[in-house]
Amino acid sequence: MTKPFELTCQEIVELVTDYLEGHMRAAQRSQFEQHIVMCAPCATYLEQMRTMVGLAATLDAPPEVVPQPPAAVLEAFRRWKRS
Amino acid sequence: MHAEDRATLDALKRGDERAFAHLVAAYQAGFVRIAYTWVRSATAAQEVVQDAWLAALESIDRFEGRSSLRTWLYGIVVNTARAHARAQRRQAPMSALVAEETDAHEPAVEAARFVAEPERWSGHWLHAPAPFPGPDRALEQRELRAQLDAAISELPPVQQQVVILCDVQRFSGEEACNILGLSDTHQRVLLHRARAKLRAILEKQR
Repeated sequence: MTKPFELTCQEIVELVTDYLEGHMRAAQRSQFEQHIVMCAPCATYLEQMRTMVGLAATLDAPPEVVPQPPAAVLEAFRRWKRS
Repeated sequence: MHAEDRATLDALKRGDERAFAHLVAAYQAGFVRIAYTWVRSATAAQEVVQDAWLAALESIDRFEGRSSLRTWLYGIVVNTARAHARAQRRQAPMSALVAEETDAHEPAVEAARFVAEPERWSGHWLHAPAPFPGPDRALEQRELRAQLDAAISELPPVQQQVVILCDVQRFSGEEACNILGLSDTHQRVLLHRARAKLRAILEKQR
């Protein structure tokens, strides 16, 4: 039976992290990319992963106005400074 | 040592409180988030982070710059949180947790969503993923971000730690391995499983 793609969608979803993290060899990368170009659902899956990873990086953004450190921490800094 | 770390250390050694406040502000939220994965209480996580800052100040003269200051500080937070969790007998040993979270086969997407054997299209989507909102829809992006934040806390502990370090804090895989004491293979499996679970949780909320 001729298979439409070298990699199935089920295989693609298991390779997405290696792809995004740059852990793939060139040959497999090219098979992966060929699949993504031809397969809209897998392209959506990959895009969702990219969106999610991008959003995750914004979760603990430092505050715009720098607050005073907690009292005990600031006190420890002052002690350390004197020592 | 990185030039930026050297400048920070010099400022701290001069007793520059503003520089110290900037350092604390930059890392506080991330420290509390990672500490929480061990101690499971907001108050205890705050205590861990406070103890970690004290420990960091006590040993900062010994910081040699083999890693970045940020990696070094995260290492201290992780060790402090672990010691705290051990004292409270709150968590199984890391090795047991890693085994539990990596051993069994766990597909990124459940098998029922793909065409079964022996069709020509077996292994291809039967129930395709529903798209997330586009980046131009600001309100939906804010919702998605809040859902992602909540979804991270639903992950098993080590997957949570790996995703926090790699995706929220943007440490490299190697740095995350150093901070958590994981092998490269385990880190990759844990990150993959964590992201797959997060995507599935977000998709269900669409």
